[in-house]
Amino acid sequence: MSAGTSSLLSVRDLKVVFDGRKGPLTALDGISFDIAPGEILGVVGESGAGKSLTGTAVIGLLDPPGRIAAGSIHLAGERIDNMSPEAMRRVRGRKIGAIFQDPLTSLHPLLTVGDQISDTILTHLQVTRDEARSRALALLRQVGIPAAETRIDHFPHQFSGGMRQRVVIALALCAEPALIIADEPTTALDVSIQAQITSLLKRLCREKGTAIMLVTHDMGVIAETADRVAVMYAGRIAEIGPVEEVTQRPKHPYTAGLMASIPSVQHRNAVLNQIDGSMPRLSAIPTGCSFHPRCLASSARCSKERPEHGSTLHAVACHHPLTDAKHV
Amino acid sequence: MLTVALLAFVIFRFVGDPVELMLNEQASQAQRDELRERLGLNRNIAWQFVTFVGNALRGDFGISYRNQQEVFTLIAERFPATFELVMVATLLSLAVGIPLGVYTAIRRGSLLAKALEFVSVLGVSLPSFALGILFILLFSVTLQWLPAFGRGEIVQVGGWSTGFLTPSGRLALILPGITLSLFQITLVMRLVRAEMLETMRTDFIRFARARGLSDKAVHFRYALRNCLMPVVTVTGLQIGNLIAFALVTETVFQWPGMGLLFVQAVTFVDIPVMAAYLMVVSFIFVALNTVVDLLYAYVDPRLREDAVTGAANAR
Repeated sequence: MSAGTSSLLSVRDLKVVFDGRKGPLTALDGISFDIAPGEILGVVGESGAGKSLTGTAVIGLLDPPGRIAAGSIHLAGERIDNMSPEAMRRVRGRKIGAIFQDPLTSLHPLLTVGDQISDTILTHLQVTRDEARSRALALLRQVGIPAAETRIDHFPHQFSGGMRQRVVIALALCAEPALIIADEPTTALDVSIQAQITSLLKRLCREKGTAIMLVTHDMGVIAETADRVAVMYAGRIAEIGPVEEVTQRPKHPYTAGLMASIPSVQHRNAVLNQIDGSMPRLSAIPTGCSFHPRCLASSARCSKERPEHGSTLHAVACHHPLTDAKHV
Repeated sequence: MLTVALLAFVIFRFVGDPVELMLNEQASQAQRDELRERLGLNRNIAWQFVTFVGNALRGDFGISYRNQQEVFTLIAERFPATFELVMVATLLSLAVGIPLGVYTAIRRGSLLAKALEFVSVLGVSLPSFALGILFILLFSVTLQWLPAFGRGEIVQVGGWSTGFLTPSGRLALILPGITLSLFQITLVMRLVRAEMLETMRTDFIRFARARGLSDKAVHFRYALRNCLMPVVTVTGLQIGNLIAFALVTETVFQWPGMGLLFVQAVTFVDIPVMAAYLMVVSFIFVALNTVVDLLYAYVDPRLREDAVTGAANAR
């Protein structure tokens, strides 16, 4: 896959650094991936692996002192990482929508949901206030808000958590962007609501042909929802490929460890595997492969030479990828 | 209110014997007793207090020792002057303080913002009498642009004397208005700045940005709206403080308001006037707090009655 041909979003060698007092800290390094139109790419990893940061960098909302130090981001063939703030503002919401983790705090508490949706529609589309309102109403119906005609004039505190996340989804979709970055969209919700929200998101995006970058630490959500998955570790992509491939036949030892740490219904009493140690801090990322101090298969080469993942369908950044035969 | 009434009454009752103050030294014992009887001072304290509150409720605060005039009339004459001054100062503090606060918050670190913050420290720490005198020196004495004292010409509008309607009245408002409001401006500015910085970090602002809303909409429609609650609270409280500060400002500018009346009353130990001033100011405080509470419901939908029941229905 090369940039600009079939992919909607194309990220190449993205490097994000935070300028600190002791010099720059590299938070993301050499991130490359593509998302095809209508595709759902899951991004998983531990807390601090850089999943959310990747999403933030793509929508151009990195807060100083964070900045993109190298690499490029193309959206539908157009380079967006070096756009002017004003041009990038027009991209946000119109071409890339975003959904954040906590629906309780994502909505403005003092404006009605209808006003918030209308504001967003009016920002991006040439319509009158009345049209914006009827579109807002239609959107609320689409995301499954009952009695939308009355609910449109309600304030966020009058909605439950799941309903608020539906409103958030309506807000993200209201200018019909081609890509949605969903940053842990179900983490703050009840388990019973999580499934509803995930399937709603999936259904709407299928209908509208919207691609999703789904950031989560929940492998279950990824397995159900995503087409492909990228596993991140310490600011790098460890493994990326079709979701069945990666979950069933992981090549990277880290991915294999992650999979082994998920409880399964079939083997209820089995002891869960864990990966010894913890993810390194940004200031102390090991040389070579950043996972090598924790890796059972590491060799001398792993501590010196950083492995790169190629651009194959199921790509892995490891000098000693697991083969089907020796799965842990 | 009742506590303040009690306090005012205690002052009224125990700070010196009013009879001594009202009559001259040669007055006979019979004259003294007669006055005592007339003022009700020989009855017991509880009865006197009840009478005091009862009279105060009817707007009767007794007679000024010094001017031998109804205290209520005295205050009513002076009230419009103070009220206009305080209103001008409040409006100024909001009209200048809020934009400055927003500016220093969103252009944090820029040269102008830093300069404004520096000046705001001065504004907080400069006492208003010093500032007032400096203003008089600069604008009235040196430049001779603005009058140094008084209200200028005033017009009676249905028992309310206003300085807004004449050019000299408006000119006379400028210096005391600015002097009185400078502290408030800096206070509002710092408050809005702190609240804005806080709000700009919230998720809903991030989400508003992620939807591509313009900076103008994000800053003013989304962020500033969220800052208004504390501004309303503080402004409400500060109007009370302004009346207190007006005392100093009115003295400096010889502004014929309640504050000046009070200062003169203190000089002559005119206790009924002082007690009445205390009552009126406390009444304004209580009234303002009520207004502020009502405004809350207007600003924040979560505090509205129907919204609460609406949320209950939604569950």
